[in-house]
This record gives sequence, structure tokens and C-alpha cells, in this order.
Amino acid sequence: MSKLFMFEKPLGMRDALPGYFQTKRNVQRVINDEWESWGYLPVETPTLEYYDTVGSASAILDHQLFKLLDQQGRTLVLRPDMTAPIARVTASGLQNQHFPIRLAYHTNVFRAQQLEAGRPAEFEQLGVELIGDGTSSANGEVVSLMIEALRKTGLTTFQITVGHVGYVNALLEEVLGNDERADDLRRFLYEKNYVGYRQHVENLPLSSLDKKKLNSLLRLRGDWRTLDEALNLVQTPAAKEAVEELQELKTVLEHYELSDYIKLDFNLFMHMSYYTGIVFESYGNNLGVPLGSGGRYDELLQQFNRPAQAVGFGLRLDLLVEALGLTGAVPSQTCILFSPERRPEAVDQARRLRETGKRVVLQDIRGVEDVDQLSESYEDVVSMIGKKKEGASHE
Amino acid sequence: MNEWLTIAMPKGRIFEEAVQLLRKAGFPIPPEFEESRKLIVDAPEANMRFILAKPMDVPTYVEHGVADIGVAGKDTMIEEERDVYEVLDLNISACYLAVAGLPEYEKSDVNPKVASKYPNLATQYFKQQGEQVEIIKLNGSIELAPLVGLADRIVDIVSTGQTLKENGLIELETIVPITSRLIVNPVSYRLKDTVIDDLVERVAQVIGVEEQV
Repeated sequence: MSKLFMFEKPLGMRDALPGYFQTKRNVQRVINDEWESWGYLPVETPTLEYYDTVGSASAILDHQLFKLLDQQGRTLVLRPDMTAPIARVTASGLQNQHFPIRLAYHTNVFRAQQLEAGRPAEFEQLGVELIGDGTSSANGEVVSLMIEALRKTGLTTFQITVGHVGYVNALLEEVLGNDERADDLRRFLYEKNYVGYRQHVENLPLSSLDKKKLNSLLRLRGDWRTLDEALNLVQTPAAKEAVEELQELKTVLEHYELSDYIKLDFNLFMHMSYYTGIVFESYGNNLGVPLGSGGRYDELLQQFNRPAQAVGFGLRLDLLVEALGLTGAVPSQTCILFSPERRPEAVDQARRLRETGKRVVLQDIRGVEDVDQLSESYEDVVSMIGKKKEGASHE
Repeated sequence: MNEWLTIAMPKGRIFEEAVQLLRKAGFPIPPEFEESRKLIVDAPEANMRFILAKPMDVPTYVEHGVADIGVAGKDTMIEEERDVYEVLDLNISACYLAVAGLPEYEKSDVNPKVASKYPNLATQYFKQQGEQVEIIKLNGSIELAPLVGLADRIVDIVSTGQTLKENGLIELETIVPITSRLIVNPVSYRLKDTVIDDLVERVAQVIGVEEQV
């Protein structure tokens, strides 16, 4: 191994320098304010969790978890997402609080380091979870909150795509009967391999009508009218119920006047088993990966012995900043440049200016490397140098 | 409203065949278009821009979203495991992956070595076979490896078998048939759904795979 450079960081770790940090924080504040104005209460959980509890309950694949060992040799994970920790908190610290519970978070999450340079192993996520409410109003509220938050950040072009895992499962079961065969097709959907899906369907011992039905699933996407096609394709109550749920989601979103942001795609399949109902992802125009994703996960909380329906989503702050571009110029600052004999006056002046809300840098002239350069980097420079005069002179 | 599509493709024969497909599907791509030596070629009549890349890199351009769609061999898809939609089998540039070696090759238990351009794929294959081998990654002219004793077998794509024959190698096992696939970036797949669905449908009709759409 070659020697580490002094300035090297572990693979996948990033610094945030002032310009970037400011942008990030502005975006984060706007979103947090939005969460909180909807009554979602922010929580924090530890960075490390047990692999056996939170790690295995998380939606993140095992090989993507950042693992380490504690002193007793137990496997720990750096939290891969916040949904599982929030489920744990809901079932423990908040166990006496009645449902529904509305929680929000802003935190950094971790992924196993990847050899390809530049893939972050740590990034910030912002999200909400609405726990203990299975109504379509809850679905609509959470989707609307995602849209409103993205709108507030100033992102102009984005889209939310909604799918329904329950529908896909019901359709596959309706045609295939047993779950094992459905699992094969689910895997193709999950791997986004439609060619493999069709080839697999072709080789199944099914009537051509059933094969057609399975292949039609791949085409079930578009605007809200897709719901009619989806309904025509299925017979079982479970599948019809799923379409009904989406129909209700549409109604709720119309009440929020946000239904135009939505497209449907019944093949949105982000995880093999985690989600149970609606799922959704958001996309920004100039990004190759989704900005955020979420859905209904009605089976997670029972793993923590407090069964409850729940719906939530997370947004990736780093991707949002990428989509928005660097907008957060470091705010303007005033510099008071003083020589030692006038320090009391300078301190007093700085205090008064700060009270008016200004950002004031107090700088001893003897500590300055290059006065011209210093003057350039501030909006306003007040000199308090040499013998005291009446008032301060502005440069 | 007609959105531009950026399409990543390998240079050479696959590009020509794919452009032929698109023409047959009714996209107005100018004649002699394929003969350009530029890396980026526009076809404004069809609202398309082509990025010409190394075959192995096509899935990378598509995954990162700088290309909306791409044409990639199934071999690179297996090797690279990129997060993209594989929507259509274009049935062009058909070939297959095979294990090859010298005619006198005999299985040996003493640290068998396999050379390949596809280290991930080869590793996967021999794992499935339960065989313990050392994989050596090469970037081309794989046939050299058994000839000079770098490895006793190779994993590579075979189309006619001519290259193997000329170098005195024989095919030992067939791994998997390979064709070119139409792949789509997950975000483009959603944001440009109308244009992409239209293209997929038209191309599917040309290659006569109606049940594909």
C-alpha cells in the first residue's frame, strides 16, 4: 500500500466547503420548515445501530451496509436509512404515544464504500414518516408533502412517479398462483430487466392470454388514465383494491391541487419485499438518479413488536443541491479593521452592528496578510486604524 | 413538443445496424450518417443525438444519465451490473460467451487460470460451476493468453469462431448467448416516457417481436 496523502479522506467521504455548505443548509432549512409547518416533529437517533435489529430491518441491501464490530464482537451498522431506526423508536421510546405519529428527520446515512471513486458512502437524507395511519388521506398527505418540499426549494421541473406494489403482487399471484414463481418475475422487475422478464414469461406453461396479461404489466404506465387499464387487467379483490387505493390517492391529491405532478408506473419496484402498498420516486430534470423515494411499509413495525401501518419518504440532500446548483452565496459580511489602540471602539461598533443582524468580522490589522485582498472579500470594510477620529471612516 | 433523446452506442458495426433499425422504424436519420468519425453526432431531423463510446462504457453513460438510452451487449450488461432498464432485445450482433482453450487442454487442479475481458462475469460463471479458478483480467487479444501460457483457458465472446480457429484454440464450454439490448436510464425512463415508449414500440415492430411491447 502506498502512503496516504496528508489530505486524503476514506473512500466515499466528502467535505463540504463554505459555498456548498451554505447552499446545502439553505435547502435543508427550507425543507425542515416545511415538515415542521405540517406538524412533523424532528427526531434524532444514533449513528450506530445493531446489524441484527435495525440493519436487517432496513430496506438497504445487506452488501450495501457499512458494518463494523463493537467491543463484544457484535456486528454494528452505520445507519443505512432512518425508517428502521424510527420504527425502533416508535416501538420503544414512543410506545405510549397514540397513533398516528408524525416524525421528521434530517441526518447523514451510510452505504458500504464502493470502489468506483466518487460514490458517496455518507450522505444527508431528509424525510418524514407518518405512522399508524393507513388511510388514503395519509398517502396523499405524504406525497403532497414531498411535492411541496421540492417546490419550496425552488426546483422548477420535477416529477413524481407513483406505483403500487400490492397491485403487482396481486396480478402476479392471480396469474401464477404460487408465490415462488411470482418471485422470479418480481426479481426481473426489481433488476429492471424487462427482456429477461418477457423471456421468462414466454417459457412459462401458461395460456397465451395469461402471458399477454403478464407482459401487459410492463406497459402499465402514463397519466392517471392508466388506472382504467390497470383495473381491466385484473379480477381479484386484492388487485382491484390496489387500483382503488390509487384512485383515492388521485382524489386526495386533487384536493391538494397537486395531482398534475404525478405520473403512474405500475412497475416501479424498488425493493423485493419491503414496501406493501403505494411506492413513489421523485426525479429532477438534470439528474440521472432519483432525488428521493418512499412508500407504504405496513409490515416493518411488527418486526419491532408494535404492528402499525406506516408511510414515509426520504430525499437526498446532496442530489437536491446538485439539481439546484450552487445558489447559496456566502452571505455578505462587514469587516472592522482595527489597530490595537482602538480595539475598545471596534468591539463596541461590532456589537452594535451585530445587534442589527449584520455579520461582522473583527480583524486586527496586524494579523492581515494582504489588506487589498481582504477588502475585496468583504462587502463593507470599516477602518479603525491609528489615532481616534470623530466617527468611523468608510473605505 | 418533441424532446431530444441522447443515445449512447458502440462505434462500428453495432452503430450501423442500430441506425438501420431506427431508419426502418421511421426515424429520419440522414444517409451516410454512420460514416462520421465524430464522437458526438446529431440527427436534428429525428431529435436525436448519438454518443459513440467503447462498448463496455455504454451502460456507464446511461446509468449516469448523460445518455437517455443506449445500445449495449448483454455481455457488458452482465459484466457491469449497472442500474439501468433493459427494455428490448434488439436481436443484433448475436454471438455467445464461451470458454476456450488449447486442443490439448486437460483439467488440472493446480491453480487453474482463466484470462478474460469480463472478470466479474467469468468469476460468476466458475462460481456457479463450483470450480476454483484464478481470473486474470486482460483488455483485448485474449487469445494470446493460452498461447503464451498466461492462462490455460479464456472466457470471451465468440461470433463465428474464426479468431479462435486462426489461433489454434477450441471452444470448451458455451456460457450464454449474447445480443444487443436497448437500455434506458431510470430517470429518463420516467421523465421522457412518451418519446421513449414510442421509440421502443416502433423498434419492436421492426424487429418483429410484437409481444415484446
